Amino acid sequence: MTSTGKPRTLFRKVWDEHVVAELGGGAVLLYIDRHLVNEVTSPQAFEGLRLAARTVRHPQGTIAVADHNVPTEGRSGGVAAIAETESRVQVETLERNVAAFGIPYVPLRSRRQGIVHIIGPELGLTLPGTTIVCGDSHTSTHGAFGALAFGIGTSEVEHVLATQTLLQQPALSMLVRVDNRLGTGVTAKDLALHIIGTIGAGGATGHVIEYAGEAVTALDMAGRMTLCNMSIEAGARAGMIAPDEQVFDWLAATPLAPQGQDFEQAKAYWRTLRSDSGAVYDRTVVIDARAVMPMVTWGTSPEAVVTIDGATPDLTRIADGASRRQAEAMLAYMGLEAGQPIRGTPIDIAFIGSCTNGRIEDLRAAAAVIGGRRVAPGVRALVVPGSGQVKAAAEAEGLDRLFIEAGFEWREAGCSMCLGMNPDQLKPGQRCASSSNRNFEGRQGPGGRTHLMSPAMVAAAAVNGRIVDAREF
Amino acid sequence: MQALSTLDAIAAALPIANVDTDKILPARFLKTITREGLGDKLFWSLRQDPGFMLNRAPWDQAGILIALDNFGCGSSREHAPWALLDFGIRCIIAPSIADIFHNNCFKNGILPIVLPHDAVTMLIDLASQPQTARLRINLPDQCIATTVADQVIRFDVDAKRKADLIEGVDEIARTLGYSAAIGQHQRRRHALQPWLDRQDARTAGI
Repeated sequence: MTSTGKPRTLFRKVWDEHVVAELGGGAVLLYIDRHLVNEVTSPQAFEGLRLAARTVRHPQGTIAVADHNVPTEGRSGGVAAIAETESRVQVETLERNVAAFGIPYVPLRSRRQGIVHIIGPELGLTLPGTTIVCGDSHTSTHGAFGALAFGIGTSEVEHVLATQTLLQQPALSMLVRVDNRLGTGVTAKDLALHIIGTIGAGGATGHVIEYAGEAVTALDMAGRMTLCNMSIEAGARAGMIAPDEQVFDWLAATPLAPQGQDFEQAKAYWRTLRSDSGAVYDRTVVIDARAVMPMVTWGTSPEAVVTIDGATPDLTRIADGASRRQAEAMLAYMGLEAGQPIRGTPIDIAFIGSCTNGRIEDLRAAAAVIGGRRVAPGVRALVVPGSGQVKAAAEAEGLDRLFIEAGFEWREAGCSMCLGMNPDQLKPGQRCASSSNRNFEGRQGPGGRTHLMSPAMVAAAAVNGRIVDAREF
Repeated sequence: MQALSTLDAIAAALPIANVDTDKILPARFLKTITREGLGDKLFWSLRQDPGFMLNRAPWDQAGILIALDNFGCGSSREHAPWALLDFGIRCIIAPSIADIFHNNCFKNGILPIVLPHDAVTMLIDLASQPQTARLRINLPDQCIATTVADQVIRFDVDAKRKADLIEGVDEIARTLGYSAAIGQHQRRRHALQPWLDRQDARTAGI
């Protein structure tokens, strides 16, 4: 599609570049550059291809890895050593499918294995201006590079495998502009939770968010990925940030980055990937970064969030009956009282990891808070690197020893305790300080209670045995 | 996808906002490699309570589910609509529905209907009483008939998705009809951005 001369948003530019056909009513057939495949949401898609005798249109545009349903210890035995039969069968099914359909695959024992949203950028597969999909809602992570990246269902996985395209309804655009700078000790995770608390868990439904403003530009790539990752928790279809020199420098260090003349040509194109002046957004939200504090969720939706100085809601001040009953139910599930300060809440488990906060920068931030302290008595704490590369980098820096000496478990890469699917799960009633992305009922295991926060805040909670302000340590 | 044109079914009310797909189907049930048999696991933790609406007649036969804002938020798991479908739910009504879930519904012959809060509240009241819980949904006419005489609620639906759902279209087969256009797009795009074609993950030491 050619430009009409009208100022366009970043989202619109990437969208227009990928329209294969207009299907009427604003719906389009959208070309997909990169398709990331995992073990959980793909078996039924491959089965569908088989039943219809269809092939994968563009295997080189596809990459597969097992991350959700894998244990994070005892990896030396490979897939055969996965103890639980159903989980092993699911990973074996992925291995059979990628072999049968000729799709590049990162094996469980590869030093490159990890959470798909962490290894895509590490490999340099995530490039500005591309469309990236995956049968996983946190695909929005890749928007940090100026890609249009979003999660899809299994029927859509099958559609992309067969056609390298997706049927897409038009999306609305939302600008989230974050003015000024985040304070010391306030992270991208806090900003993401602040935004979700401001606009609500469904606040960006139907929209693609573009994050901009001084505080966003100032974020490192890890922070940008955290911010875009959490877009889905505000209901957004995707989150994007215009690519800049930091993105190009980051990519230059990856194995699959364009080389030589290609890289120069790519950069020239990538520099055009920013919203034109005068581009109109369907909605604009302005946030003052100076008002963002370390955030902690108290309920079972990411919008149920307060600052570290805050308290659970006073139910008498919620006028709407349905909202009051819902807040009451969340407090009951979480085992908290109305009006209770969040600071000081004792925890049982501390989890550092996930596609939201499982990068080397997150591990460094956690380690810096721990210093020479030890995990509080009675608390079980885990650090799960987001990828084999993150694990190797942390070990080269000696972070593994710091964590282990402090009493943390040091694990292999995977989604781990972010979702109650693999062996890393909360037991009923256990309260977890978690660097992950969802505090839904049972998300980390049946009956588990999740408090979302930044990796530094999780580390501070681990050594104190209760939720504290990481800035004070 | 399974076609859907009209639906005459019991409606069950779940007056909760932000019903996430973990609540609809917890992650530990995603280890399956088939689509079938998830109906028993639907709303697993809520179903442990014998008094939960979907455990009681007539709602144990429900074909329609009515909830509050942001239904289906969170994980993209299509296992959630598969579980709903396996239970017998063919229509979701809410003031807002999360994007990926909304897409996944259409792919599985489930009609997601977004209505204003007032209309949803009124339908929740009707669905809460056994004698008024039955609704008749007519997709071609885009209306919901209740048991209350002359009370008909109209709804909006994307014209293309409506036609596809009534027909039960095979979307992949239809898109394969655009094969030449896809090839042309691919070639044009790779001429402008040749680095995309030269990326081969197999060379990255995976």
